[in-house]
Amino acid sequence: MEHYNMNLTLKVWKQKNSTAKGNFETYQVKDISSEMSFLEMFDVLNEQLITDGKDPIAFDHDCREGICGACSMYIDGRAHGPWSKNTTCQLHMRAFKDGDTIVVEPWRAAAFPVIKDLMVDRDAFDRIIQAGGYISVNTGNAVDANSLPIDKKDADTSFDAASCIGCGACVAACKNSSAMLFVSAKVSQLALLPQGEPEREARVLNMVAQMDKEGFGNCTNTYACEAECPKGISVTNIARMNREFLKAGLSTEQ
Amino acid sequence: MGLTGLFLISFLIVHVGVNACIFVNDGGETFNTAARFMSHNWILRIMEIGLFAGLILHIVQGFMLWKNNSSARPVDYNIKKANKNSKWYSRSMGLLGTLLLFFLIIHVSKFFVSTKIALYANGGINDASHNLYLEMKEEFQTWWVVLIYIAGVVSLFWHLLHGFQSAFQTLGINHKRYTPIIKAIGVGYTIIVCILFALMPISFYLGWIQ
Ligand code: SF4
Ligand code: FES
Repeated sequence: MEHYNMNLTLKVWKQKNSTAKGNFETYQVKDISSEMSFLEMFDVLNEQLITDGKDPIAFDHDCREGICGACSMYIDGRAHGPWSKNTTCQLHMRAFKDGDTIVVEPWRAAAFPVIKDLMVDRDAFDRIIQAGGYISVNTGNAVDANSLPIDKKDADTSFDAASCIGCGACVAACKNSSAMLFVSAKVSQLALLPQGEPEREARVLNMVAQMDKEGFGNCTNTYACEAECPKGISVTNIARMNREFLKAGLSTEQ
Repeated sequence: MGLTGLFLISFLIVHVGVNACIFVNDGGETFNTAARFMSHNWILRIMEIGLFAGLILHIVQGFMLWKNNSSARPVDYNIKKANKNSKWYSRSMGLLGTLLLFFLIIHVSKFFVSTKIALYANGGINDASHNLYLEMKEEFQTWWVVLIYIAGVVSLFWHLLHGFQSAFQTLGINHKRYTPIIKAIGVGYTIIVCILFALMPISFYLGWIQ
């Protein structure tokens, strides 16, 4: 594809801390290469801001290769921007044209409070994982990898669910700020494997309870999450979790 | 939401079935017989209580869902391109449901209440002469009544289009082979039920049935 440079107007959410009232700031960036990533464009802008003695824009990032899920940005009304199955760090500037105005906001959810500017606190996800996203294993030598037979289909489905990177785009895109896609991916990944069997019922009950406690909304099956998920996590996981939840609720004595 | 929704969906089949008797076009004889059976059979009378309980439960659940979810995002986005990731009617179930509730209040006070009055007031002296078919025919001579009914059916159409398949997902049913079938049945059901319902006031108004 043809390489080109562009000048852009950015409207970015600036917020001092979690209690401050934020507002949009407008910035101009020049000579942005179409081959830069969206985050590199922010690097250029921040460098300029620092040189000018201004406050740079705080944003989360880590791997910059689409696997850590840190780079949460709501770009022009879409989680992770206009491309589908994509993270912000993997969004390239060729998605935009010279002269465009781009609006960048943080994830919006009661359970994801803004820390500063575009950074949000996603500890709620960690606490949900802690509530049940684990398995019990014996210490000592690692068991032989093939000692437990697992159906190929189950292994594949579990692996698909495990590809969730915990980015929170599902929550950000959902009109209810529901975390069902994330939680269902984590529940499914273990429920499909024999290793996850001992905690199977307690896991789904505890993780769902934690999810509700964190203040995420309830799922109304709009499937916006699936459409915006960078890893293409399927809503069949949500149905599986509903199933697991009903079964566990009916059969446990807790 | 899912269970009560499916329950109401099953009721609509009976409702549309009985009402479709007007299309026999025999001056309402078949319809009145069916309607009389529906309002006199004691098993159906008990089921009617269940129906109202299910409806109220569905409304209460919906209201609680809306209330919970409205606090999950205290600060909203400035720009949202929700149409890129979901269907408008799947996001508007609360609104569509509220419209349906308003419609149902009008609808029940028009036809259900009059039947009950005929049945019970003054020891039911008017019961034998109560002609629901004639009542319908008269009601649907007014253009704005017909319009209200069409608006009700349109709300129902979008509500069902999302609700039918959504109920199965909520109950944990999402299957590679069966879900496309469920979705197709949902679309078919929605179209047939809504066309039949809409045809009733229209047919009376335009004099297609006498
Ligand atoms: S389900 Fe998808 S959108 Fe949600 S946290 Fe996981 S990877 Fe991100
Ligand atoms: S920075 Fe790791 S996924 Fe974007």
